[in-house]
Amino acid sequence: MSKQKLVIIGNGMAPGRALEKLFDAAPDAFDVTIFNAEPRVNYDRIMLSPVLSGEKTFEQIVIHGDGWYIQHGIVLYKGHKVVMIDREAKTVTSEHGDVAAYDKLIIATGSSPFIVPVPGNQLAGVVTYRDLDDVHAMMLAAKTGGKAVVIGGGLLGLEAAAGLKAQGMDVTVLHLMPTLMERQLDPAAGYLLQRAVEARGIKVFCKANTHAITGESRVTGVKLDDGTVLPADLVVMAVGIRPSAGLAKESGLTVNRGIVVTPDMRTSDPDIFALGECAEASGQVFGLVGPLYDMAGVVAQNLVGGRAEFQPSATATKLKVTGIDLYSAGDFADMPGREEIVLRDPTRGIYKRLVIENNRILGAVLYGETGDGPWFFDMIKRGTDISEMRETLIFGQGYQGGSQLDPMAAVAALPDEAEICGCNGVCKGKITATITAKGLTDLDGVRAHTKASASCGSCTGLVEQVIKLTLGGSYNPAAVQPMCTCTDLGHDDVRRLIKAKELKSIPAVMQELGWKTSCGCAKCRPALNYYLVCDWPGEYEDDSQSRYINERVHANIQKNGTYSVVPRMWGGLTSAKELRAIADVVEKFAIPTVKVTGGQRIDLLGVKKEDLPAVWGDLNKAGMISGAAYAKGLRTVKTCVGTDWCRFGTQDSTGLGVKIEKFMWGSWTPAKVKMAVSGCPRNCSEATCKDVGVICVDSGYEIHFAGAAGLDLLATQVLGHAKTEDEVIEIIAALVQLYREQGRYLERIYKWAKRVGTESIKATVIENREKRRALFERFVISQTYVQTDPWAARVAGRDAHEFAPLAAFGMAQAAE
Amino acid sequence: MNARTSDWVEVGALDSIPVRGARVVKAPGGDIAVFRAADGAIFALRDKCPHKGGPLSQGIVHSHGVTCPLHNWVISLETGEALGADKGCTPRIPVKIENGTVLISAAALATLAA
Repeated sequence: MSKQKLVIIGNGMAPGRALEKLFDAAPDAFDVTIFNAEPRVNYDRIMLSPVLSGEKTFEQIVIHGDGWYIQHGIVLYKGHKVVMIDREAKTVTSEHGDVAAYDKLIIATGSSPFIVPVPGNQLAGVVTYRDLDDVHAMMLAAKTGGKAVVIGGGLLGLEAAAGLKAQGMDVTVLHLMPTLMERQLDPAAGYLLQRAVEARGIKVFCKANTHAITGESRVTGVKLDDGTVLPADLVVMAVGIRPSAGLAKESGLTVNRGIVVTPDMRTSDPDIFALGECAEASGQVFGLVGPLYDMAGVVAQNLVGGRAEFQPSATATKLKVTGIDLYSAGDFADMPGREEIVLRDPTRGIYKRLVIENNRILGAVLYGETGDGPWFFDMIKRGTDISEMRETLIFGQGYQGGSQLDPMAAVAALPDEAEICGCNGVCKGKITATITAKGLTDLDGVRAHTKASASCGSCTGLVEQVIKLTLGGSYNPAAVQPMCTCTDLGHDDVRRLIKAKELKSIPAVMQELGWKTSCGCAKCRPALNYYLVCDWPGEYEDDSQSRYINERVHANIQKNGTYSVVPRMWGGLTSAKELRAIADVVEKFAIPTVKVTGGQRIDLLGVKKEDLPAVWGDLNKAGMISGAAYAKGLRTVKTCVGTDWCRFGTQDSTGLGVKIEKFMWGSWTPAKVKMAVSGCPRNCSEATCKDVGVICVDSGYEIHFAGAAGLDLLATQVLGHAKTEDEVIEIIAALVQLYREQGRYLERIYKWAKRVGTESIKATVIENREKRRALFERFVISQTYVQTDPWAARVAGRDAHEFAPLAAFGMAQAAE
Repeated sequence: MNARTSDWVEVGALDSIPVRGARVVKAPGGDIAVFRAADGAIFALRDKCPHKGGPLSQGIVHSHGVTCPLHNWVISLETGEALGADKGCTPRIPVKIENGTVLISAAALATLAA
């Protein structure tokens, strides 16, 4: 039997989901052709706001990459708008004249932003907020700064405003109604939201009716009905959407507000389905992803002879503005016969409202604390009778049953059909069954196989709890641990936001990311200082007051307040001259203890702080520099004697160790980095328990990493093989740079590798030459700013205040 | 040199203490740590952590607290008390600023450490 031809007009999330379901059910039933008016693949439109604010890149929100289309033999016309459907001949024609014949056709043309019908709405600088091109237009406009006016104070308008603010624009939101998001929030909650938005430096005008957009060829301002003129370089219209049904109407299909479909999602032509925001089912049109994905499932089943029907159900939505938590679900309109339970805590900025009818929850609005959203949503969909728990209902799931349940117990209590992921309609039973069937062990696996938490991500915590319940103790969820009590953000979020928002000082980070303390603490300040040093080489000015004492004075503090001094001995090599200088220093300054370290160098212990610069001065004169034995940075490169002396040596391990150390010294890293090079697999320099180790073999060099010999004992893993010394250095520098960029402060290489996965590190550093090269180059740039001896700088007088008392009083002076 | 004004002793210019940092005043009674907080407030404590005697002057200063460099105890600059779960207290030394100069109590300077 020859395959049928399926043509899809539109390449948004709904048809993408329909195809996934279709390929699951009948992989070979159709030859698929897609016409996409947008010149790109299917991406997660819900996540455009994080792209606009700079928190995500487009690549991170792609749902189906080019490979997916190739794999499924789909012909994808990118940037082709369909201009005609010939229902007699069963063909569609694109604006570029390409014609495709179909047996079945899906119209998924989505919707268009509503353009406010006022003079000037076509001026350059007036944009809508709908697709990636709009986002790019806004980001481009934001580059030059200036003023933006967002018309519309609903979900989309507020997300656009927050994004533009994050991009550095001066933003004003105009909203026709008296309070923001009046469809979801009552006036009091709207006020709380307005306060939170204004606290981010965004101006809000409610009851603002746009009269005209002013300007000659470009927009210069927005004029309101009351005569106010707001200057603007960019105007964003975010006042709503209209189904795009023009093409269907021209083709003679029944169109009302949207393209009218029967419950099986067929239009008035049985061979043509309509799907997504353009479709009108049971007299309703839909804009949220939940029901659109339901439609997709129905279309997929009916394409292969099923008899599925689309039932509109309650929907939930979440405002995606970092730092503002707002969740709404179901129907929360005020109507006779409906009751409300409201909890307000203005000081904590919390507002919760449940709309109830006949002891069943119809709608829920949560502001400031949204953790119970899915629980309320689940009860809305099931029509759970809440009369038994009415008194404590508003406090959430944790307060049911008398005592506070722990969240795991709450998740355990959910029935299998409870929905966990609202975006993708994944229930608890599907997740547990898939984990068992596919032997999944982590969140990424569950995302890949079930799509749970793969869209907006707000259910990630729930999904992790389900995984934990299913796998028991073997699963360790990557729950976000806040950096410290000064913030709720984890290390990774802080780093991402430092880059995304181009934060280049500790006060900027604390201000922009809402630090809860005035100047941080001893945990977050050193971490932030490191992240800024690493992310903005040459630009960021190191904050020595945020460094631990050892890194501030370039020596190691001892239990009695004295310091130890360790000069570099490259690759563990020293000389008579160096040893003589060390001996002289020991005698001159009466240094009580001299010890050989495990890293093949010499430690001078018990140096008085005020003597440090003089000790360093003498060591500098003999050519020795700081060994950074105190640093979260490169410590030593331990070596064996290699081919120079050893009868088993296969390569010049000592020489390579020296080269590596000379290349890497001075670099700051999340935690200390110890390296070693062994000249043969006998491994006399113990390279296989180091952060990075090299084992020389006849054919070249085996590069190892992620070992540990401290609190944890762990043998290294093989990262890759190199043929030349230069290649060894390039790989190691790239590895260390990747660690510098991804590692959390104080996280050793082995812990980082365990967290991100050895395979992903190998894929970047070994298999992808371009990425390796780029990492290497970033490392080299960073090194140009740090390879100056900190001891020499202090001998020359830098930070003199660190080494001298403010004042000194003898017995006589004090007693005067 | 170290001019006396009644019961107070000048120990140096305020600006010679880094903001969010500390300097040491050596005294017969033991070292004194003089702290300068981010908000400009000045404090002085015995330079000795109540835990194991670590030099508090070498710690990271944050708000009105300092984290000891030896074992991360956090000591309140206002009271000298250990914060959080730890228990202990470091003696406070009277300190004030006049015309950009830091002065500490002459009596404290002369007192021998217990």
